[in-house]
Amino acid sequence: MGNPRGFINVKRGEGGIRDQASRCMDCGTPFCNWACPLGNYIPEWNDEAYLSHFEHAYQLLAGTNNLPEITGRVCPALCEFSCVLGLNDEPVTIRENELAIIETAFKQGWVKPHPPKTRTGKSVAVVGSGPAGLSCADELNKLGHSVAVFEKDDKPGGIMRYGIPDFKLEKNILDRRIELFEKEGIEFKLSKEAGPDLIRQGFDAVCLATGARTPRNLIIPGRDLIGIHFAMDYLTRSNRGEHKEAQGQRVVVIGGGDTGADCVGTAIRQGAKCVLQIELLPKPPEVRPESQPWPVYPLILKTSTSNEEGCERQWSIMTREFREKEGGGGKIGKLWCVRVNEQLKEIPGTEFEIEADLVILALGFLKLETKVGEKGAFVAGDARRGPSLIVWAILEGRQAAAAIDRYLKEKK
Amino acid sequence: MRSRNISPSYEGLNDPQFEHDSCGVGFVVNIKGEPSHKIVEQGLKVLKRLAHRGAVGADPLTGDGAGILIQIPHEFFSAVLPFKLPPLGSYGTGFIFFPQDKKKQETIKKIIAKTIEEEEQILLGWRAVPMDNSEIGKTARATQPTIEQVFVQKGNKVNSQLELERRLYKLRRHIEKQIQYESFYITNLSSRTISYKGLLKPHQVENFFVDLKDERVKSALALVHSRYSTNTFPTWDLAQPFRFLAHNGEINTLRGNINWMRARGIDVIRPGGSDSACLDNVFELLVLSGRSLPHAMMMLIPGAWEQNNLMDKEVRDFYKFHACFMEPWDGPAAIAFTDGKHVGAVLDRNGLRPARYIVTKDGLVVMASEVGVLDIDPRDIKISGRLTPGKMFYIDTESGRIVEDEEIKEEIVSRRFYGQWLKENLVELEDLHRSSVKEEEKLDLLSLEKAFGYTREDLKTILKPMAEKGTEPVGSMGNDTPLAVLSGKPQLLYNYFKQLFAQVTNPAIDPIREELVMSLESYVGPQKDILSESPEHGHKLRVKDPILTNEELERIRTIQKNSFKSKTISMLFKTSGPQDLKKVIERICEEAEAAIHEGYTFIILSDRGVDEKQMALPALLAVGAVHHHLIRRALRTKVGLIVESAEPREVHHFALLFGYGAELINPYLAYAVIEGLCEENELVLDVKTAVNNFRHAVSKGLKKILSKMGISTLNSYRGAQIFEALGLGEEVIERCFEGTPSRIGGAGFAEIARETLSRHAQAFENREILSSGGIYQWKSDGEFHLWNPESISALQDAARHNDGKRYQEFAQLINDQSRNPTTLRSLFRFRKTKSLPLGEVEPVENILKRFATGAMSFGSISGPAHETIARAMNLIGGRSNTGEGGEDPARFKDDRRSAVKQVASGRFGVTTNYLVNADELQIKIAQGAKPGEGGQLPGHKVSEIIAKTRYTTPGVTLISPPPHHDIYSIEDLAQLIFDLKNVNPKARISVKLVSEVGVGTVAMGVAKGHADMILISGGDGGTGASPISSIRHAGIPWELGLSETHQTLVLNGLRERVRLQTDGQLRTGRDVAVAALLGAEEFGFATAPLIVCGCVMLRHCHLNNCAVGVATQDECLAKRFSGKPEHLVNYFRFVAEELREIMAQLGIRGLDEMIGRTDLLEVNKDILPWKAGNIDFSKILWKPGSGMEPATKRRGSKGTEAFSLWFPSVMDNELIKMAEPALRNKETVKAEYGIRNSDRTTGGMLSGEVVKKHGEAGLPDDTIHFKFSGVAGQSFGAWLARGITFELEGLANDYVGKGISGGKLIIYPDKTSTYKPEENITIGNTTFYGAISGEAYIRGVAGERFCIRNSGLLAVVEGIGDHGCEYMTGGRVIVLGRTGRNFAAGMSGGIAYVYDRQQELPDKCNLSMVELEECDAYDRKFIQEMLEKHFKYTRSPIAKGILDEFKKEIRKFVKVMPIEYKRALSEEEIEGMEVSDG
Repeated sequence: MGNPRGFINVKRGEGGIRDQASRCMDCGTPFCNWACPLGNYIPEWNDEAYLSHFEHAYQLLAGTNNLPEITGRVCPALCEFSCVLGLNDEPVTIRENELAIIETAFKQGWVKPHPPKTRTGKSVAVVGSGPAGLSCADELNKLGHSVAVFEKDDKPGGIMRYGIPDFKLEKNILDRRIELFEKEGIEFKLSKEAGPDLIRQGFDAVCLATGARTPRNLIIPGRDLIGIHFAMDYLTRSNRGEHKEAQGQRVVVIGGGDTGADCVGTAIRQGAKCVLQIELLPKPPEVRPESQPWPVYPLILKTSTSNEEGCERQWSIMTREFREKEGGGGKIGKLWCVRVNEQLKEIPGTEFEIEADLVILALGFLKLETKVGEKGAFVAGDARRGPSLIVWAILEGRQAAAAIDRYLKEKK
Repeated sequence: MRSRNISPSYEGLNDPQFEHDSCGVGFVVNIKGEPSHKIVEQGLKVLKRLAHRGAVGADPLTGDGAGILIQIPHEFFSAVLPFKLPPLGSYGTGFIFFPQDKKKQETIKKIIAKTIEEEEQILLGWRAVPMDNSEIGKTARATQPTIEQVFVQKGNKVNSQLELERRLYKLRRHIEKQIQYESFYITNLSSRTISYKGLLKPHQVENFFVDLKDERVKSALALVHSRYSTNTFPTWDLAQPFRFLAHNGEINTLRGNINWMRARGIDVIRPGGSDSACLDNVFELLVLSGRSLPHAMMMLIPGAWEQNNLMDKEVRDFYKFHACFMEPWDGPAAIAFTDGKHVGAVLDRNGLRPARYIVTKDGLVVMASEVGVLDIDPRDIKISGRLTPGKMFYIDTESGRIVEDEEIKEEIVSRRFYGQWLKENLVELEDLHRSSVKEEEKLDLLSLEKAFGYTREDLKTILKPMAEKGTEPVGSMGNDTPLAVLSGKPQLLYNYFKQLFAQVTNPAIDPIREELVMSLESYVGPQKDILSESPEHGHKLRVKDPILTNEELERIRTIQKNSFKSKTISMLFKTSGPQDLKKVIERICEEAEAAIHEGYTFIILSDRGVDEKQMALPALLAVGAVHHHLIRRALRTKVGLIVESAEPREVHHFALLFGYGAELINPYLAYAVIEGLCEENELVLDVKTAVNNFRHAVSKGLKKILSKMGISTLNSYRGAQIFEALGLGEEVIERCFEGTPSRIGGAGFAEIARETLSRHAQAFENREILSSGGIYQWKSDGEFHLWNPESISALQDAARHNDGKRYQEFAQLINDQSRNPTTLRSLFRFRKTKSLPLGEVEPVENILKRFATGAMSFGSISGPAHETIARAMNLIGGRSNTGEGGEDPARFKDDRRSAVKQVASGRFGVTTNYLVNADELQIKIAQGAKPGEGGQLPGHKVSEIIAKTRYTTPGVTLISPPPHHDIYSIEDLAQLIFDLKNVNPKARISVKLVSEVGVGTVAMGVAKGHADMILISGGDGGTGASPISSIRHAGIPWELGLSETHQTLVLNGLRERVRLQTDGQLRTGRDVAVAALLGAEEFGFATAPLIVCGCVMLRHCHLNNCAVGVATQDECLAKRFSGKPEHLVNYFRFVAEELREIMAQLGIRGLDEMIGRTDLLEVNKDILPWKAGNIDFSKILWKPGSGMEPATKRRGSKGTEAFSLWFPSVMDNELIKMAEPALRNKETVKAEYGIRNSDRTTGGMLSGEVVKKHGEAGLPDDTIHFKFSGVAGQSFGAWLARGITFELEGLANDYVGKGISGGKLIIYPDKTSTYKPEENITIGNTTFYGAISGEAYIRGVAGERFCIRNSGLLAVVEGIGDHGCEYMTGGRVIVLGRTGRNFAAGMSGGIAYVYDRQQELPDKCNLSMVELEECDAYDRKFIQEMLEKHFKYTRSPIAKGILDEFKKEIRKFVKVMPIEYKRALSEEEIEGMEVSDG
């Protein structure tokens, strides 16, 4: 611990990165390290950052995380919720520290392509270029295997490119990393649908990291009306820079999660007239409830910047039906809703209408099992574990890479 | 081989090689050499007066052994023998112990007769030694040998008495080798002396040996010994005196000493002997080979010459010369020796045993462990003296005088030109020409680091701090990672070894404050024969720092001086071939042997050159194998063994390599890594400084490890194998570490090979950062920890919300280690038996009473945490523990009191009041996290409130010494138990030991010393601050220690005397169940309760910044403490409930039925990890006897009644009666008493009564005034309470005024005596230890360690021994005479004034913490007042003389002022201070 009194003297958010890093207590049992699916060496790189040894900090960060500049921006930071300092104080700004470290590394030119010195002669195809696919590809490539990444879209990045709005993750950040991967020898095959049959095309192994993009639907009367979109479709269109469909519209986002918040932010930026976000579940508590004690990741009210930018949020609302706009030619006009109690039972007499021109369904995604019959085919990421966080996807990618490497060695 | 002392069915954990003995020793001699029967009588009297220093086992009439050695009573033998004896000096005689079997006796006699003939001597005849065994105990009688005496006349070729002695010796050795019967023994065979000894109590000796009563039995000298053995079965032959000596103490380096003698091809040590017996064997050899007694003794037990600039150069040269071919026999020792004409005594370099003597005007000398063992009219006393460290006391009865130490040494050292011989032959490493290290190619650092198992933690936590600060890193909390043999991560071989440490039977040394006795100097190279001496004996390479730099190693590699030359032998082998380590070892051993035959003088075992194709044999394996191979071939002393290895980086690694025979070590990779850290700016230092810091840290750490075992020099530590292996199989031990205990077996060569290979294999993969490690800090990809985020949060949730389900989750995480086996107990499972309904098991409330919390001081943990734990334990009827640091008296009577009050080496806050308010007094001998080490609370952490509870000054550093300075041996511990029992007869006394091999025998001694409870602490236990290597590598799990202790006690019928408690990472009901089945009645918890209180294992305790307010004294952080007593109650109830369920399942109703039922445990073979496939738990699970003893045998005593049975009556019973008016009405009481050395702890019980009735304030000064005359026994005036004045006219022994709490002590020699008190000794060693307050006026000189750890006593004395005022924190001491060496070491507070007429104080004072100043006006006034009182009380002419010329004489006083104390005082009003000091 560089500065044993850092956490006593410095408050969260005060001063620069070194001050913030000094708050880290380098705990004997770092719960952050436990909470982070990747097992990021948080105390160690905080310490290095405190000592201004950013290059070492970067090396440590790169040791567990293939995409720190992404997680440094968009990770919900499970680590911070289990930070020991959070027990009776404000946790360390771990995510911001991570970002500072990786961006310093880029700025200083330490993040350079390091193509493997030797090649093993084995080839692996990775299907999908989301966080799982990219991490898997990166790890395998470092081990000297030749890796080709197949992506059905025209650009790599998967959900990071099309699912996350620009205001959270500018796409040049992603491009910067992809460029590095390319320089290190990973081949990207874009606009190409592919599957386990790649084995038969000569690859020694295949990793399917195709994500979990099947959205949960809301099957109620009026679902067919025009102007009701799945969140991912809406975000993808926005990320592609297509027209600003929310401009001047009254927008209702159904679903109170992170994706919902992304939609809210996007709609506001597109110039929506007003944005309302509704959620079936009751309003979560603002502070950690006793039933979810530290160090678990609690379900508490999250207020993202999108929410702050001018959006009304309501909880405990069930949408019963979508109603057509009066004379609207099949377009959405209103939502017919009812309030529910904690058990999600409708409360009689609380029915009401919400006016809407654009409805976005952000109800999460379905877990569909991806089956592979082929020997040498592996699955990773959301495609395997169901919809989840980027950090989990990166971990899946890394684990798949390790499994593939073992497989290839044994095959030899 | 050594199991002959042990019952035949013995298959348990106890190993007789770990027996210890300590004792009383003494002699009486007529200086003129005039024999008389009176001397024999006096010898026997001395023996009886030392009785309290010996011990008795379960059979009260059987002692541990006693005896007397006298000159051959020729007149008597001539008279009683049927055959005629030739003149004295031309025959030899001795007692022979025969087995009781007549046939065997006949065989033996035949052999003896035949051998005498072969040796060309004449058998004169036999005499049946008359014995009367009517008094002796049944155990002694059962093993009583038939004793006959043999007479051998010299053959015609024998021309001198020395020649005869040699012949007799040869004859005896020859006979001994031919006869292997267990109880056959020859006491001695000599033409000069004869020894009457046996398994007797001191008073039985004279009646047992009928001879001794005969007036015709005359001698000019008598050497006596009373034994206190921890041994399981004391035997007849191990009674002392031996042939030449009697020893009180312990040889710590015994294993190495024996091995080195073997290595020389000298076979003189009789197997099965005690350490004293072995020493006697070698001493005898040296003497009979022609060295004089003092010469031989100086060789074996040298004084601390290495750093003593005050020592005469010729003497130093003598020691240095002999260091070239003889390693010291190191350890606490008071040895008396004689050859029948000369008699002498010597103390070890530390002076850790007491030895006092009286010389009378008519030429009698009485020397003994205590003064007062013979009643001598004070008027006859010419000298009252004591032996001092490293000094010899020598009497030559031929010339009829006492030869002074200087004279005898002068005579010996000037016999030869040792200085010249050294100059011509000894090669200094520094003088070798600097070698031009070729610009070596850069190592592939990362790959090598990986190949040798370096982790990021090794760099950050170990190497960096060592290179930065030059000290070993400190950590906190305990160890909860898997044993090496269970771990899933590849382990370095070093991790399979645990350091041994001194406890009870010998003291640890303070390597910092008493550094002057320590030395790492090494003498390397071929050694000459020890039986002769020549200039070439000094031909060795002398190396000051045994951790070589690369350049230094090159100097040796390329050495070409005289006949020196070096051979490098590679430890590498091909990765591609078969990985048969045995073959590699064979190859290396063969090469080593060949090198010796080729005349090489140094062998460098090297693992340089590891790459993808070549890997390295673990260096420790190679060193151990070569060392033992060469010992077996008697070649080891022909060569110096040097290790060049990438492996060692932790102090523990270096200690192991030295401990198994390495002489010098070059850790080249550690250096390269440090260089790398410098280059990367992780270390802001130049490489040279960083490397030197690292070497310094290693040296310092080594001294600490040595000192833990009480060993002072690396020369004697080398090859001493002070380790226990845990998880290594027999083949490995036998081949490479012969003689090392490894009690559960484990990994063999194949497993070690696989581990090495797996480490090597990943080294050349392209991962760019080192692996995490995760030993010192939990890491998700690191080593497994039982305390991990999941288990910690589960426990906290469960306790806070009283959530039984969550507790079960927690218990499951801890109990089921099938995926990550960590502890030994996890590998057990309960046998299936008939179960019981839960309702029939004893209730939770009963069980809770058996729970205790660990000793955590207020200081190590915060006030709120300390009180929360105390409250919780009081709620459930369990016991909390104050820890070492006192307790605020405000807590004594309310629900915040701790039932257990600890007495540790620092004695902080150990006042009479503290003692009388305890239910249990716990003597902490060792602590799991750092056994054998002291502690230090830096000044900045000593807050006002802590200073108050500890009776010290805020801001002044508090040092806890490594040993209790009143416990250097087992009989000392018995004395401390006795002291505490006196002060508070109602409290039970417990002794805390740490699990290590041999703890069972130590516990035996403790049980014999009348403790009520013994706590066996596991080595994994926690700490607030401890060197990291100690936390992990010292002490072993409680499973082994507990079970060894239980077995040993049962086996010896002592189990009923004591209760057993265990602790050391107990967490769940299952843990408790296993502990009960292995023998514990009570259970201690510490880490788990802290976690319940909010600890999340930050492991920052030593940084004072605990973020959850548990282990901090920072007020703002202490406020963050969130623990509640209810949470703890919830937790303990869960544990008890879980235990009940297990009891029900096992069909056990009450816990008492469960103790020691190892038959209910079995090994769960299904979960043994691959390395542990061969682990064998049968020794842990072994049950003594048939396994079906009645319950009482297993259970131990219920209360303290055992002690009361043995509690001798003390004089205090009388004193209390007399003091009744004072106790009741504060009326003044005066009385006079006679006193003798067997009156011990006088005043302790009385003081307890005073404080019980009147509280800490006691009585008004001088309310009770008792005057004594005679010689007071140990602990005179211990814990003397305010209002009591003791005046002693006479002499006193050790521990005067221990813990004195406000009383007044006045001691002066008998007024009729004529010697000068200021030149003679009046009181013994370690006086006023832990004094709290009061006054003391001593007319005369005190022994070593006067006023040690004084907190507030005002004292005047007229001269003191070494280490005066050590660790003092307060009070004032005036010394009106000379001080010994190392004065004021570790003195952080208080002031000393020394009347330094010789102006020698600057040389004798340890100036690391104090400054020498002139006295100011305040000091002058104080000194004057004190001297006036001193004169008034003692009539001291010295005081008078100074007072008469005060203005002149005061200038000769030097004020010794601790630097920190001065600063602290300047921050306060000095007047204000006086109140707390006075």
